[in-house]
Amino acid sequence: MTIVQGPVRDPVHQGPLKTPFYPRVEKLDIVNQWHEWKGYSSPDALYCADLEYFAIRNGTAVFDLSPMTKYRITGPDALEYLNRLMTRDMAKIKPGRVAYAVWCDDQGQVIDDGTIFHLREGEYRLCCQERHFSWFQAATLGFDVSVVHETEEIAGLAVQGPTSFSVLNTMGLDGLDQLKPFGLTYFDFQGTELMVSRTGFTADLGYELWIDPGKALELWDALFEAGEEYKIRAIGTHALELARIEAGYLAPYAEFLPCDETIRTGRSRSPIELGLEWLVDFKKPNFNGRRALAEEKRNGSTWRLVKLDIAGNKPAHDSYIFPTAKGKGEIGFVTSATWSPVCKKNIAMGTVRTPHGKPGDTVWVEVYYQREMHWNREMAKATVVDKPFWFPPRRGATPPGPY
Amino acid sequence: MTKTMDSQYDAIVVGAGHNGLVCSALLAKAGKRVLVLEANDQVGGAAVTREFADGYSVSACAHLLYQLQPEVRKELKLATRLASEDMTTIALAEDGNHLRIKTNSVEGVSDEDAEQYRSFRKRMARFSGLLRKYFNKTPPRLGTRDFKDLMTLGQLGLDVRMLGKAEMEAFLRLIFMNIHDEVTERFESPLLRGAISLDAVLGTHLGPRSPNTMMTYLYRMAGDLGRTGVPVGGMGSVSNQLAHAARAAGATIRTGIPVKRIIIENGRATGVETESGERFDSLMIISNADPKTTLMKLIGAKHAETGFARRVSHLRAKGNAAKLHLALDGLPTIEGLSKKDYAERLVIAPDEHYVERAFNPAKYGESSPNPVIEMTFPSFRDETLAPTGKHVMSAVVQYAPYALKGGWGDEAKAAFMKAIVYTLSKYMSDLEQRITASELLTPADIEREFHMTGGHWHHAELALDQFLFVRPVNGAAQYRLPIDGVYLCGAGAHPGGGVSGAAGRNAARTILNREKAA
Repeated sequence: MTIVQGPVRDPVHQGPLKTPFYPRVEKLDIVNQWHEWKGYSSPDALYCADLEYFAIRNGTAVFDLSPMTKYRITGPDALEYLNRLMTRDMAKIKPGRVAYAVWCDDQGQVIDDGTIFHLREGEYRLCCQERHFSWFQAATLGFDVSVVHETEEIAGLAVQGPTSFSVLNTMGLDGLDQLKPFGLTYFDFQGTELMVSRTGFTADLGYELWIDPGKALELWDALFEAGEEYKIRAIGTHALELARIEAGYLAPYAEFLPCDETIRTGRSRSPIELGLEWLVDFKKPNFNGRRALAEEKRNGSTWRLVKLDIAGNKPAHDSYIFPTAKGKGEIGFVTSATWSPVCKKNIAMGTVRTPHGKPGDTVWVEVYYQREMHWNREMAKATVVDKPFWFPPRRGATPPGPY
Repeated sequence: MTKTMDSQYDAIVVGAGHNGLVCSALLAKAGKRVLVLEANDQVGGAAVTREFADGYSVSACAHLLYQLQPEVRKELKLATRLASEDMTTIALAEDGNHLRIKTNSVEGVSDEDAEQYRSFRKRMARFSGLLRKYFNKTPPRLGTRDFKDLMTLGQLGLDVRMLGKAEMEAFLRLIFMNIHDEVTERFESPLLRGAISLDAVLGTHLGPRSPNTMMTYLYRMAGDLGRTGVPVGGMGSVSNQLAHAARAAGATIRTGIPVKRIIIENGRATGVETESGERFDSLMIISNADPKTTLMKLIGAKHAETGFARRVSHLRAKGNAAKLHLALDGLPTIEGLSKKDYAERLVIAPDEHYVERAFNPAKYGESSPNPVIEMTFPSFRDETLAPTGKHVMSAVVQYAPYALKGGWGDEAKAAFMKAIVYTLSKYMSDLEQRITASELLTPADIEREFHMTGGHWHHAELALDQFLFVRPVNGAAQYRLPIDGVYLCGAGAHPGGGVSGAAGRNAARTILNREKAA
């Protein structure tokens, strides 16, 4: 067999993409555990997930969130467009502010949640986990607005933990102490614009840094140099996931499925069912899902998201939830669970059928655990709580403390 | 914007097409204060009679009456006078051996074909009868637990089952099929195959081999088994009668007033604004315009939810039928026709392949060099349409794609006109010298003159994915848009186009029933 060499073409990228910070992250990697995140390689952990977690709670943790999906929304109708797309009132989000938001299909079912950065007057960036270009593009019908997918154009770092302010302050970001939670501001970083927002996925004091990918490595180096005496550590997804559950934040494919990914009826969730009714503003005359959500308000919801404080120390992964210790008549299931080191509690989030799961209610979760190959089953008592498990005062303090 | 005094109406109907007139007449009869605003100077929409040349008039768009629902005639006490009725379809052959196709029989074919035609039409009559029943009902919503929806859906299932096992199987097989497969299975006569194929594709962007052309054939039959007639004075006389009925019932009809937009305030319709800036208030706006025009132009997509707006924007509505009007100084000679045959419906579709080949260029944005033609000489039995001794030809010519490559400029129109005359001349050698004036309306002209997106007769393609429960789209199939106070009553709504009045009547009934229920 002869192999004929075809014409030389531009190489097509194969395999996972590398983020702009990859050369630095890779250098710190010891355990070599990676997964794919929307086409990019992202580390599960770099040296030890547990220790990385403690960097979030006790020092400064740095997480590379460049693969986060980002869209730029601009044009004269940008606000009006977002107000129809999102359930909350976007007019309240002034330039320099960031909003957590959720968006629905016409049936009032959640497509995804994300954060919307009001960068400048009439100019927004939307960050979320999943890709939604087709939906966002369809939503432009009738609006003078442009939606551009810009994931690759911006490199992002989450800098989270009690000493994060001190690190950034040492790095020379003067005036950062005035930035309130969900605020954003700009700095000059070696001649390039650096956007810093006081946002994160950890419910702790923390910031997110956004910069042109061309300056990514310089930013990383400056950050780690400044952070040396503040116990700065790069982290992977496992540690962040722990912090997320403590914060009580939702994750797609855990607490809900993006509704456009569901086939069976009843497998998607509405914002009300996810405890996000505070994000639904019925005062707006029209937004996607309004009619259906108004009907749900009239007729009642099927599901309720619950945060559970569970007895014992065995994480209730994937457990069924029951109304009584007898374990009969299942009312729902756990969607995320962990032992919380910082709260010293066995915590979980789950979804239960209404009217079950009101704050203060007692429910029972069926915990399975393995001990020397053999499986054990335990009915653990759990209390429904309505506050996040972890929400320290330092998260909201402005100016932040010099830890 | 000036606010007119005394502008409070129970309902405003946008567009005085025949469906808008039926709807407003029925609402007015029920005691509603109805205002109808029509952009053109004449009522009727695409069902109008217009002078196209000095002394020559013609039904300017729709020219044959075959679907007007008996319920509409009865409820509005219409007495339509027909110049020609139960017309024979004459499938023209170049050699003069034409076929004469009637409702249940055909002349000029083998005994085998004649027998096959009888049994074919018997079955089609049974199936179209079933369809007709549902043409006059609001289609049920799918996936609800509403009693009425479930009943209608159950009834539909039962009706299909009641056809009997063999016929039910045939129905479920045929409804998705294309007409080409059915006619080639049944008939040997190319002319018969061609004529039936033409009936299935007339007014659509479909060829005989396109899916669901059996359904479009049945659709055509769902009026009076496809029996065609020509009203005295042209199609405009039907519209005038409807307008008369509406006015007699108390509706106000104003022509020459184009509506610029439907006003949406706080998420609901509150009135309309005209092009001249006049405002009329009503909490119920019924649009006779096509669904795309209604949502994208009159309301604005931003007032709907994204999923719904996307579905409407994806509606397929690209017309492919042109309308040709010829003023003739005498009847052209057609070999093999007797004088009285000029009162019938003549078609040029020599075989099923000819029709498909005529469609082929249309797929790629080109007009047919050998078009398919349906024609009548309405002046033959109706002297009001042309000066004494002179005649008018009214023809539907396919295919003339709306989105013609390069657009429908004068040159493109002239080229298509040439192809039409060339085709016609094969059957009527003296035609060209008899033409004293002509008018060719391409789908682009039809869109402009009759305000229908894509110049499509049906306002949205007749196809199974835009039919019945999902016509025009899921979420608006019950004549109501998911925007409070806005309704549809035109051809884009269930069941579809053709001068049937079904959509207008169903819309009125839905509105009145909802009020009763509330």
